[in-house]
Amino acid sequence: MKGWFKSGSPWVWLSAAAVSVCILLVVALLGLIAARGLVFFWPKQVLQAHYQDPSGGSYRLIGEIQDAEEIPAGRLRESGIELPGDEDSYTRYLIKTGNRDTLGMDFRSVLPDFMEKVEYPAGLMVVERREWGNLYGYLKEVRENGQTVAQGDSAAAELQRRLERALELFGRIRHIEKDLIGSINYQLEQLRLEERRLDLGGDHDPASRAAIEARRKDLQDRYEELQKERNDLFPQLNRDSFTAEIMTGQLVEVPLAKVVRFYFPNAMGPLDKIGHYFGKLWEFVSDEPREANTEGGIFPAIFGTVMMVLLMSVLVTPCGVVAAVYLREYARQGLIVRLIRIAVNNLAGVPSIVYGVFGLGFFVYFLGGNIDALFYPEALPSPTFGTPGILWSSITLALLTLPVVIVATEEGLARVPRSIREGSLALGATKAETLWRTVLPMASPGMMTGLILAVARAAGEVAPLMLVGVVKLAPSLPLDGNPPFLHLDRKFMHLGFHIYDVGFQSPNVEAARPLVYATSLLLILVIVVLNLTAIRIRNHLREKYRSLES
Amino acid sequence: MYENSTNIPAVDVGALQGGVSSTATLDDEKIAIEVKNLDFYYGDSKALKGIDMVIPENRVTAFIGPSGCGKSTLLRCFNRMNDLIDDTRIEGEILLHGQNIYHKTVNVADLRRRVGMVFQKPNPFPKSIFENVAYGLRIQGINDRRRLAEVVERSLKGAALWDEVKDRLDDNALGLSGGQQQRLVIARAIAIEPEVLLLDEPASALDPISTLKLEELIYELKSSYTIIIVTHNMQQAARVSDYCTFLLMGELIEMANTNTLFTNPQQKQTEDYITGRYG
Ligand SMILES: Nc1ncnc2c1ncn2[C@@H]1O[C@H](COP(=O)(O)OP(=O)(O)O)[C@@H](O)[C@H]1O
Ligand SMILES: [Mg+2]
Repeated sequence: MKGWFKSGSPWVWLSAAAVSVCILLVVALLGLIAARGLVFFWPKQVLQAHYQDPSGGSYRLIGEIQDAEEIPAGRLRESGIELPGDEDSYTRYLIKTGNRDTLGMDFRSVLPDFMEKVEYPAGLMVVERREWGNLYGYLKEVRENGQTVAQGDSAAAELQRRLERALELFGRIRHIEKDLIGSINYQLEQLRLEERRLDLGGDHDPASRAAIEARRKDLQDRYEELQKERNDLFPQLNRDSFTAEIMTGQLVEVPLAKVVRFYFPNAMGPLDKIGHYFGKLWEFVSDEPREANTEGGIFPAIFGTVMMVLLMSVLVTPCGVVAAVYLREYARQGLIVRLIRIAVNNLAGVPSIVYGVFGLGFFVYFLGGNIDALFYPEALPSPTFGTPGILWSSITLALLTLPVVIVATEEGLARVPRSIREGSLALGATKAETLWRTVLPMASPGMMTGLILAVARAAGEVAPLMLVGVVKLAPSLPLDGNPPFLHLDRKFMHLGFHIYDVGFQSPNVEAARPLVYATSLLLILVIVVLNLTAIRIRNHLREKYRSLES
Repeated sequence: MYENSTNIPAVDVGALQGGVSSTATLDDEKIAIEVKNLDFYYGDSKALKGIDMVIPENRVTAFIGPSGCGKSTLLRCFNRMNDLIDDTRIEGEILLHGQNIYHKTVNVADLRRRVGMVFQKPNPFPKSIFENVAYGLRIQGINDRRRLAEVVERSLKGAALWDEVKDRLDDNALGLSGGQQQRLVIARAIAIEPEVLLLDEPASALDPISTLKLEELIYELKSSYTIIIVTHNMQQAARVSDYCTFLLMGELIEMANTNTLFTNPQQKQTEDYITGRYG
């Protein structure tokens, strides 16, 4: 036993155990998020049952089981539900009944013990709508301008055909509204600003006025054309509708313009389900959010996150590298440099929200305000840069991650062997040339390490962003087809904030919860992808600048 | 290793002396570098004490002496490499073709172009073989690919490495063997056509065959460069050098024609050293 202790194997086992615990925790975390997030897109069976409500009354129930939990009978009784039996606890289902427009709410808590005649009829249809959430019910008729064109068995096929047409029309209208009219509006705004600039500059040259006026006229003509085209499409889009019988027995009529997709989950085979699953997944990552972010996709948030992180990298790398080069290569090593190093290391420990406050006070209000006053007076009083935006967010996070980049770069510089520097200097290179041509390339893996740490930290940071540029719903991406293409003054959406917003701020928390998991999974994925890219670049650099074995 | 063997005088040094007769003296030579009363300090410790010497042009001069005696320090004074070490001080003069290299107006980078250096451990840059040799030219702003290729080829041939690497000039220089790397850094040094070439124990990290090749190379280079080589291997000094300088504890004890120094040392310490009485 004593020998066993002396051999050191207990410590080996202890470390192995610690490592296993860490790995298990990571796997559990990812597993939970992945399971909850990914299952969300799988089509659930829709049940129909006769529900004998213990608090009185009975009705037909149609919906998906969203969640099941065990509730002590006492708590149910306290909440005023009369329970006949004497069980200690009951299972309680959270059923998504949808049809918020008629039922007033999406979810209902029911006790399965009081459900009778539970069945899964193949004719039950789920309709995803652009408003009011899902509809669950039986398809009755398909209508054109109020006239029935199909019913019974042929209705579903007819509905599919007409839905495709409606979606195509909808896409065209959206293209006109968002892209074409959006672009014209943008240009009109630019013209207004240009004119105002002339006013402010005291330029009363009638020729330039006339030019602006002509361009404005031109734009307005195009605008009206598009408007007309769009208005012509609307009646076509609104031509078709369908009716369905929902759980209360009411007949609901829904215009196809409001429908995203419909399906019959109980009648679906495994292949259909897989197709449906990937369709939903694709929609999630490529589409814009609907219904206060609780439906649809999160593409703008992915885009915003990635773009903000890239901008931050572009900003933080040169600053950090220059600072590290100065500290390590040029500054006289002494008390002052030591103090600066301590300060830099401590900066890394400042809570991120403090950076947010600093960013708001200094960058947004002070810097942004002055930039507006100097360069964008024509837009005042509405601010251009004097308001939170993606530029300020990137700069704030660059500041936040500056210490790691400095420290890692300094380590990279320290690892470049003295013999290499001397070799370069002995060939007549100056110190700066040696740095530029030899030392910095050899230190680049160190810089990349710093950048990797910076990206990992910045991509997950939410708190400071809430102060300096993130919003719940951004009307346009920070990168689009309107010159100058990159709009650094715009606000943007972010996955981390999206999670917070959907999970805690949304009017329909129950509906949104699976989305929180799915979005978290995506955030992790985005960070992993960004990191893997950086790591690959670093390994490539390491291979290239493999330094002398010393 | 070698310096402990006591049969050094048995080496036939005369046979290896190329061009310089075994009885020639420094008075017969043209002078490239003149060192006048040189003191060198690392902080407070004095590493070189009152060195006075001349280095003959287009000859190989060897510095020998036990380790820590100041050979490298003296060598690094010739291209002002010691400037890079904090807290050092130098007194006295070093004249390169009559001009004091420690004068205020001297541009250190220009000086180092004229006085090339090869270090104890091969230190190629982690770049391609081509770029290693072209480095000094690129620093001078020469980027014309044809011109570079010419110089690279000439330098590699000059360093007796061309035949071994001509098909893989774009490979990373770190893939070469130690001996090849050392010849590469010599090629790198001669690519910028210096007047003087400083070699600080260039063979200490090499195997015997590479060492032999290197010594042959030094023999070849002698016609175009003034060479100073530091070595603690006396046989090597005997084989490659024309003149030899013995340093001890920062002082210059004796400098003479290599043959004379080994066969007929004037100083007691020199004799003790070459017969192996110092470590
Ligand atoms: N960078 C340095 N800082 C302080 N002392 C040094 C430094 N380099 C060498 N020395 C000292 O100077 C003396 C001469 O060293 P060096 O010239 O390297 O000897 P050698 O090359 O003959 O072995 C030694 O005593 C050594 O300890
Ligand atoms: Mg030495």
